[in-house]
Amino acid sequence: MAELVRRSVYAVRTYRLIAGLWIRSSMAYPVSFWTMTVGSLLINFLDFVGIWFMFHSIDRLGGFELREIGLLYGATGIAIGMGDLLISSVEELGQKIRTGQLDAMMTKPVPLLVQVCADRFQLRRLGRVGQALAVFAWAAPVVDWSPTRLLVALLMLVSGSVMFFSLFVTFSSVQFWTTDSSEFANAFTYGGNTIAQYPMTIFPKELVRSLTYVLPLAFVNWYPCLYLLGRSDPYGAPDWLRFASPVAAAVLVVVMAVVWRTGVRHYRSTGS
Amino acid sequence: MTDPLLEVRDLGRDFTVRTKGEGRRRRTTKIVHAVRDLTFDVAAGEMVGYIGPNGAGKSTTIKMLTGILVPSRGHLRVAGLEPSRHRRDLARRIGVVFGQRTSLWWDLPLRDSFELLRRIYEIEPARYERNLREYVELLDLGVLLDTPVRQLSLGQRMRGDIAAALLHDPSILYLDEPTIGLDVVSKGRLREFLRTLNAERGTTLLLTTHDLQDIEALCDRVIVIDHGTAVFDGPLARLRATGGATRTLVVDLVDEVPPIAVDGADVLKVEGPRQWLSFPADASAAPLVAQVAAAYDVADLSIQEPDIEDVIREIYSR
Repeated sequence: MAELVRRSVYAVRTYRLIAGLWIRSSMAYPVSFWTMTVGSLLINFLDFVGIWFMFHSIDRLGGFELREIGLLYGATGIAIGMGDLLISSVEELGQKIRTGQLDAMMTKPVPLLVQVCADRFQLRRLGRVGQALAVFAWAAPVVDWSPTRLLVALLMLVSGSVMFFSLFVTFSSVQFWTTDSSEFANAFTYGGNTIAQYPMTIFPKELVRSLTYVLPLAFVNWYPCLYLLGRSDPYGAPDWLRFASPVAAAVLVVVMAVVWRTGVRHYRSTGS
Repeated sequence: MTDPLLEVRDLGRDFTVRTKGEGRRRRTTKIVHAVRDLTFDVAAGEMVGYIGPNGAGKSTTIKMLTGILVPSRGHLRVAGLEPSRHRRDLARRIGVVFGQRTSLWWDLPLRDSFELLRRIYEIEPARYERNLREYVELLDLGVLLDTPVRQLSLGQRMRGDIAAALLHDPSILYLDEPTIGLDVVSKGRLREFLRTLNAERGTTLLLTTHDLQDIEALCDRVIVIDHGTAVFDGPLARLRATGGATRTLVVDLVDEVPPIAVDGADVLKVEGPRQWLSFPADASAAPLVAQVAAAYDVADLSIQEPDIEDVIREIYSR
């Protein structure tokens, strides 16, 4: 147990070390950094403006008003934004394999996943998180806040971030076998995020089922938000699902760990 | 502790290679044995040259020794650890330098890369300071410490990489083509440094190289690998004697004469008054010299040692 704690502390510390280095090196060009960050914030801001305009001609979408949708939108946006920030260049795994950079990483005592994730850490990806956070804060008054609701909201955001992080890593691990592009992964992660921005009531029941039991993205925001909004599930799913986001996150972490480790053991390196 | 530092027994690694079938045939798979039946030990403090032609399995072996690749079969221990299972623990005890690419951080000055390594390897400050001072001096890195790695020349970068691989006092250092692309002076200085390292710290060295002068300058022992398995393992002198290696006696005569006829040597070449005689590497030159001197007017004599490259070519061709 003590060993596990020691290893985790070491992993987090080295992640911060390496990421910190990249942040410092990007700060060497502050103008470029702030243009990129603010630019990404603005582009993402326009994204929600689209939904906002839609509500000029409708009052409700799938039974939900604009602020309620803002809550769903903000929650999944924060989650995928945090996941995207933390994985940094995992999507470039294939490139690291081809250039032999991964070999060099494997001869260091830092966990490989930490090195891959912290490498070329891009703080400007906070722009997306910032926008989602702003939408979430704007939507927050729609919730009748209580200590329990606050706790559920916090667990939702943390679990959601962990879930997207795990999905990014899991899908990128495919590159251990085929060093091809990551388009396949994006269909599930970014596609999933787009779906999760809307209330599940506008989608067919089968899709909601698969987003609960197969690719459990409904736990990123839908189920916990139902609790925050004091609504019952239109599809009649059991109430305890609203508190199950951390469980769904844990399942995805286990899947990620297994796939990643299998990938590392099957790693073939490059011919040199 | 008399256990060898490296323990390699019947080690093998296969790769499945997919080849495109011709026409409408399905793709076929083929198994390539990159390394097979490889067995050797390396004791602490040895300097071993690991040589072989391209594709012989050198890199694959190094990658198994460092835990990057999982062996398909066989037994492997480095410093008592099974590399692929304890890769990260092992990383604290080994140093790796890949000649063709850097493991330094491209955009950082050397000093920052070193500092990051200090924290990654959790090196105590006093030991770190001592090592850094010593390597900076021996590798002449002083003026380069504040230069970003991308601005360094190949030779400078290589010195930086070697210092980086040694900051945590590894007991074994793997060098993959350490002198590739370096000029003669840089090569000489690098070899000098590695000799010092081995003599003073007892660091075990395993190096792969195409430059046989590296081997001559550094290694007491050579392992030659071909088609994935060791075809020679022994001291350099024995490698020379093996494979029908020959030495050459160069004779400068006073006059131009027909090819010299003596026992135990063949004339390779005649160029004016100079003649080249080849004789077996394990034979003594003394009787030959005596014979030649007795029968001809000799102005000068010299002996050329066998070219190790020829010896290895000879071994491969068998």
